[in-house]
Amino acid sequence: MSYQKLFQWNGLARAVTIGKRQLMNLLIPITALLVFGLIWSAGAQNIQTSLGAFPGPLAVMQQGITLYQEHQTEQDKAAAFYERMQQKADKARAQGKPQEKIDRYLQRKYTGPVTFPQQISISLITVMTGFIIASLIAIPIGIVIGMNQVLYQAFNPIIQLFKPVSPLAWLPLVTLVVSAVYVSEDPWLEKSFINSAIVVSLCCLWPTIINTAVGVSGVNPDLINVSRVLQLDWWTRTRKIVLPSSVPMIFTGLRLSLGIAWMVLIAAEMLAQNPGLGKFVWDEFQNGSSNSLARIMVAVLVIGLIGFLLDRMMLMLQRQVNWDKNAVLR
Amino acid sequence: MSTNYLNIDHVGITFPTDNGPLTVLEDVNLKVNQGEFITLIGHSGCGKSTVLNIVAGLLQANIGGVILEGSEVDTPGPDRAVVFQNHSLLPWLTVYDNVRLAVDKVFKKTKSKAERDAWTRHNLELVRMSHALELRPDEISGGMKQRVGIARALSMQPKVLLMDEPFGALDSLTRTHMQDALMEIQNALNNTVIMITHDVDEAVLLSDRIVMMSNGPNASVGEILPIELERPRDRLALAENPQYNHYRAEVVRFLHERHQQPEKR
Repeated sequence: MSYQKLFQWNGLARAVTIGKRQLMNLLIPITALLVFGLIWSAGAQNIQTSLGAFPGPLAVMQQGITLYQEHQTEQDKAAAFYERMQQKADKARAQGKPQEKIDRYLQRKYTGPVTFPQQISISLITVMTGFIIASLIAIPIGIVIGMNQVLYQAFNPIIQLFKPVSPLAWLPLVTLVVSAVYVSEDPWLEKSFINSAIVVSLCCLWPTIINTAVGVSGVNPDLINVSRVLQLDWWTRTRKIVLPSSVPMIFTGLRLSLGIAWMVLIAAEMLAQNPGLGKFVWDEFQNGSSNSLARIMVAVLVIGLIGFLLDRMMLMLQRQVNWDKNAVLR
Repeated sequence: MSTNYLNIDHVGITFPTDNGPLTVLEDVNLKVNQGEFITLIGHSGCGKSTVLNIVAGLLQANIGGVILEGSEVDTPGPDRAVVFQNHSLLPWLTVYDNVRLAVDKVFKKTKSKAERDAWTRHNLELVRMSHALELRPDEISGGMKQRVGIARALSMQPKVLLMDEPFGALDSLTRTHMQDALMEIQNALNNTVIMITHDVDEAVLLSDRIVMMSNGPNASVGEILPIELERPRDRLALAENPQYNHYRAEVVRFLHERHQQPEKR
């Protein structure tokens, strides 16, 4: 065999090896999912509940499609409703009715049931509201207690005390306080929404506070010396040295917090009756039709998928803002 | 040249440790003239860095003190710029921004924005780093990082430039380049410099005086060796120079003796 041929052969062999590896990278998770599906399917048939057999993957997929179709139907109904209202308004205008009456038609809202995709978006809005409120509180607290040893010692027991508290314990308190404080004839935001968002905030504050504090207190002492030689004032030092240096840790905290926020949200929505995924699960459970279990299972999978996507989103953001491009983030 | 530009006067420092107080420095005396290049040499742990940090104001002496141009030093400040051993550049800022941070701080009131920009570029030009203004520290080599660290320190126009083993972490080839670059800059600017080194050749090549420190604890100034070699100095010519080799031998002898008899003061 000539050298050139040997070289080509080598190149081919390497290409095959790489191809194989990529194939394996795809094949392994897919096989694992298939095996999981089979076990699920086989196991589900053997579990009899008061609502019939536990749903297998196929039943769940069917219900997923049904939920989407229900959404489509509702959308169509809503569109038809608004069209009808528009026609009525036009007719009223042609008859020379007062503007008030015309407006009444135009302002009327369609009051169909909240569909599954709408519930997903309500859940997402609620969790992001809670998460953003928590981050706005947690990052400044983390910075301040990370920079000051006395404050850290003062805050630490409080943080450790509240960190493990379940959302279910917070919810009754939050509900009562919100009912007492948030009194309005024409509420701009639903109380159930506020309750859920606040409970989410209360539960997901802590990882961000702790990680921010650790990041801030762990700034390289040499860099602190640089800031001392430069006689940087507190604000410049925080902005130029402390904050950038703790960005990786802050984002680690934010990722953990968002994970907790999403987990807590479902429980909070169940109890607070915020019309999101949590309420969907609860309503299906109360409903108890033969399809309920499969529909809940759809929600379970969707919740898992969204949680995963939220984490990926934070990871991408973390990679964007992280100055340490050598850091391995996963 | 005024004498007593910088006066390290009877400086002593004691740190509390688990085994009771540890006196690291005792009775350190050194008078430095303006424009003088001083190197501190001594065995590891003899408190060279501690002396430098006291001059920088990063540490406070328990006894004695440091007087710079007639006033006592007790806090860190840009008039005593430090080049740290591990460069200490801010990894999230570009080369330009790292120097600009110092320039903005020191010349906020005295220079316009355009002047500060020009001054930042000028100092990076001095260390031959103009080609890498927009790169970040992790995108340039160790020698380049140290150059930027020096540019940052020079840009503050310090009264005393303090260098803590600035080339200690570099390979020997890069180190010789950096020494030549430093001599070139020193010829142009005639700064007052205190530099720590472990490298005998480096000390003889760069210094006006070599301060050899006795071993710690209770370290102090052992001997001071004035280096009377003409400037500009050329490392190739000096390699054959008997006087250069004599100085070299003197320093080696001192370090060797201290190594043999660590208790000797």
